[in-house]
Amino acid sequence: MADIVKVGMADLNLCQAPDGITTLGLGSCVGVALREPGKPWGGLAHVMLPDSTAISSNGPVNIPKFADTGVDELIKRMVSKGCNKAKLVAKIAGGAQMFAHATSDKMMRVGDRNVEAVKKKLAEHRIPILAEDTGLNYGRTVIFYPESGDFVIRSVGRPDKTI
Amino acid sequence: MAETMSLNDVNSMYFDVLKEIGNIGAGNATTALAQMLGTKVDMSVPQVSLLDFKDVGEIVGGEELIMVGILLGVEGDITGSIMFMIEKEGARHLTNKLMMGMGASEPGEDFNEMELSALREVGNIITGAYLNALSGLTNLCIYPSTPDLTVDMAGAILSVPAIQFGIQGDQILLIKNNFFDEVELDGFFILLPDVESYGTILKALGISSL
Repeated sequence: MADIVKVGMADLNLCQAPDGITTLGLGSCVGVALREPGKPWGGLAHVMLPDSTAISSNGPVNIPKFADTGVDELIKRMVSKGCNKAKLVAKIAGGAQMFAHATSDKMMRVGDRNVEAVKKKLAEHRIPILAEDTGLNYGRTVIFYPESGDFVIRSVGRPDKTI
Repeated sequence: MAETMSLNDVNSMYFDVLKEIGNIGAGNATTALAQMLGTKVDMSVPQVSLLDFKDVGEIVGGEELIMVGILLGVEGDITGSIMFMIEKEGARHLTNKLMMGMGASEPGEDFNEMELSALREVGNIITGAYLNALSGLTNLCIYPSTPDLTVDMAGAILSVPAIQFGIQGDQILLIKNNFFDEVELDGFFILLPDVESYGTILKALGISSL
C-alpha cells in the first residue's frame, strides 16, 4: 500500500515510489515537483516567497521558504539520492492571487512573482518544466507520483486534473 | 530598536498586549454580532497563538477545510491588513440568521450574491470591532478599507497572511475566537501590520525597549 508524504507550508521533502507526495491548499505559494524519469524519487517544495536576498532578516535563512533557496535545496536532496541533475524534470502549480485587491505593495502579484522566481531558478539549473497549473484566483492541493510523473491537482468546485 | 523588528522577536509584553487587543476586540465583535443577529451571543476567552507555518492549517481545522476569508486593508496612522476567517457552514449559519432564511442557498452549494454581500458586512463589522479595540488602546487612527472575500481551502486563504508574516519571520500570529448562539462558531483573526507599523504600535503603547 502506497503512502502519501505530506509537505507543509514553507517546507520540502522527498518520497520514494510507489509512495506519492502532497502539499495541501496552495494559495499564492508554489508547489515545485521534481523527478528523474526511471528513478523512484520524487521531491516536492512548498515555497512562499520569491527571493531570500530581498529579506532584511539577520537570522538564518529558512531555506524551503524561498523560491531561490528552496529549489536549490530540493535539487541537492534529489542528487544526494543518486538522481542525475541533468535528467531532472519539473512540474509546478499554485501562485494564485486569492484576493482581488492587494493590500500592500509587497503583496502585489506575489503569486505571479513566486511562479516567475521558480521558473528562473529551474532555468538556471536547466531543468525543463513539463507542465504547470499556475495563477488565477483559487487554491490547489497537489499530489505528485514520481513513478508515473502524474501531478494531480485538486481544487474547490472544480474537477480534479492531472498534468 | 530596529524599525524592522521580526515577529520572532516579539517579547512577552507585546504578546500580552496583543492578547488584550484580542480580548477587547472579541468582546466588541461579539456585541456587534449579537446586535446584528438580534440574539444573545456568547464567546469564550480568545486564544492568541504564535504558530509555525506548518502548524497553522491544523489549528483552523485542516488545510483543505473550506472557509470564508475576508480581508480588509488598514489605513491611517498604521498600514497593513486584517483578516477574518470562518468555516463555510458556520458562515452559512450567520447568513441564514441575518437574512432570516430568505433567498438562502442550500447547504453544500455556493453562496449567492446576497449571501456574499451579507458576509462582507459581517466581516466589516467584526473586523471593525477589532480595529476599534486596537485604536482605543493605542489612540491611533485606524480605518479599514472595503472588504475582499474569498471562499476556498483554508491553506490557500492562509497563504496570504502567511506570506506577509513570512517577509518578517517564520511564524504567524493567530487569534482564535469561539462564538456561540445556538451553534458554535470558530472565527479566526489575523492582524497584519506592515513592518513599519509595528514600531508605531509599540511606541503608541509606550513599549520602546524591546
